[in-house]
Amino acid sequence: MRVVIAKPGLDGHDRGAKVIARALRDGGHDVIYTGLRKTPSDIVRIVNDEDAEVLGLSTLSGAHDSLIPKICDGLRDGKLGGVIVFAGGIIPDRDLELLYNSGVRAVFGPGTPTSDVLGFLEEAMQRKQNNDPIGVGDDLGWHWN
Amino acid sequence: MALELSEIDDLLRRAKSGDRRSLSRLMTEISESKTIPEFHSKSIWTLGVTGPPGSGKSTLIGRLTKYWSDMGESVAVLALDPTSPVSGGSFLADRIRMEGIDMGENVFVRSIASGNSPGGISPRIWPMCHALSLCGWSRIIVETVGTGQSEFRIAALAERLLLVDGPDRGDIIQAEKAGILELADIIAVNKSDLPGASLAAQSIRTSLNLSDDDSREVLLVSALGGTGIETLASKIESCEPQRGRNELIMRELLISEWDSILLSHPEIDDVIQKLCDNSITIVEAIKSLRTSIQNGG
Repeated sequence: MRVVIAKPGLDGHDRGAKVIARALRDGGHDVIYTGLRKTPSDIVRIVNDEDAEVLGLSTLSGAHDSLIPKICDGLRDGKLGGVIVFAGGIIPDRDLELLYNSGVRAVFGPGTPTSDVLGFLEEAMQRKQNNDPIGVGDDLGWHWN
Repeated sequence: MALELSEIDDLLRRAKSGDRRSLSRLMTEISESKTIPEFHSKSIWTLGVTGPPGSGKSTLIGRLTKYWSDMGESVAVLALDPTSPVSGGSFLADRIRMEGIDMGENVFVRSIASGNSPGGISPRIWPMCHALSLCGWSRIIVETVGTGQSEFRIAALAERLLLVDGPDRGDIIQAEKAGILELADIIAVNKSDLPGASLAAQSIRTSLNLSDDDSREVLLVSALGGTGIETLASKIESCEPQRGRNELIMRELLISEWDSILLSHPEIDDVIQKLCDNSITIVEAIKSLRTSIQNGG
């Protein structure tokens, strides 16, 4: 799958994003890494221009609760509702519901084995083929964790 | 799922009217469809950028993109990166280096993994450029890693070719071997802020001076510091496609299309296996593939 890995907001730590990018590449995916400090509208445009099927968002700054819903809204507004969104980084449990309700389908915290992320993508791909809700614009309900 | 050609035309129509989603879908379709669609734009403007890994191609393209978009041009970049031969995946990271590309509606960047098209990516790049031009993109830049013969051939598909080298690499010798140096319209030695850059530029000049009628310039630029960018951009602007360039493009198109037909031939794996078993010779293999292609195989 074509996957965009993006770093929204102001935090400058991308070790995690790069580990995921590498693991997905080794899992046979085409991974496009945006680099640091992208705005929600940058990210939506990149997902569009790269015609990505999946978007992975990594944040460690604590701004996930405002940035990620904005990105998800932007995707839906930009006719990109079919894009599968997952998140990773430092995200407290109490915020998970908010992200799932925005259309995020998986959240991976520190220490997640990379095989987990690949497993999620495999299942997401399966759901897409079966026309089960999985995109950011599809019905909510299913999420990986 | 590959679309029919009529649906590709439909995407083109919507992309022309400014729908960016359709433009992006169109690029995917051109790179993945079984039949390569043909587009033709009279006003096409393309620049190929190649050079050794680490010479600063992406950073420099970021600078040029910003310069041109500030001048009111709409800039599209096709950035090619290799597909891993082991996993079949790719890590497309040219965007990181292109500062100033996430600036708005008049810059479009598509990262392309070289390995995802039936028969190779080369024959797809030219129709992609033409489609972008038809959609109103006035500066189209194709970036390739200039390490191998096939990548070099992709860069040769553009009307003008910029070769980028670093100050201390000596990789220009490799470029010379591959015939890229002869083809380059403009040569830029990047990282002019580092020691050795002038020397590197001088040694390339010496190499060019071996033939009398060679008037090409070797420019010193620093993509990081932004020095020399304006001069470089204006040299690129004033560079008319060389006589014979069109012949070269057509030649490369023909070769890459030929490769593509061969590589996507249904019997190619069989034929390779037979070659491994020593049950046929190369000449017989070619004969058999040719007969089958002639018969529409």
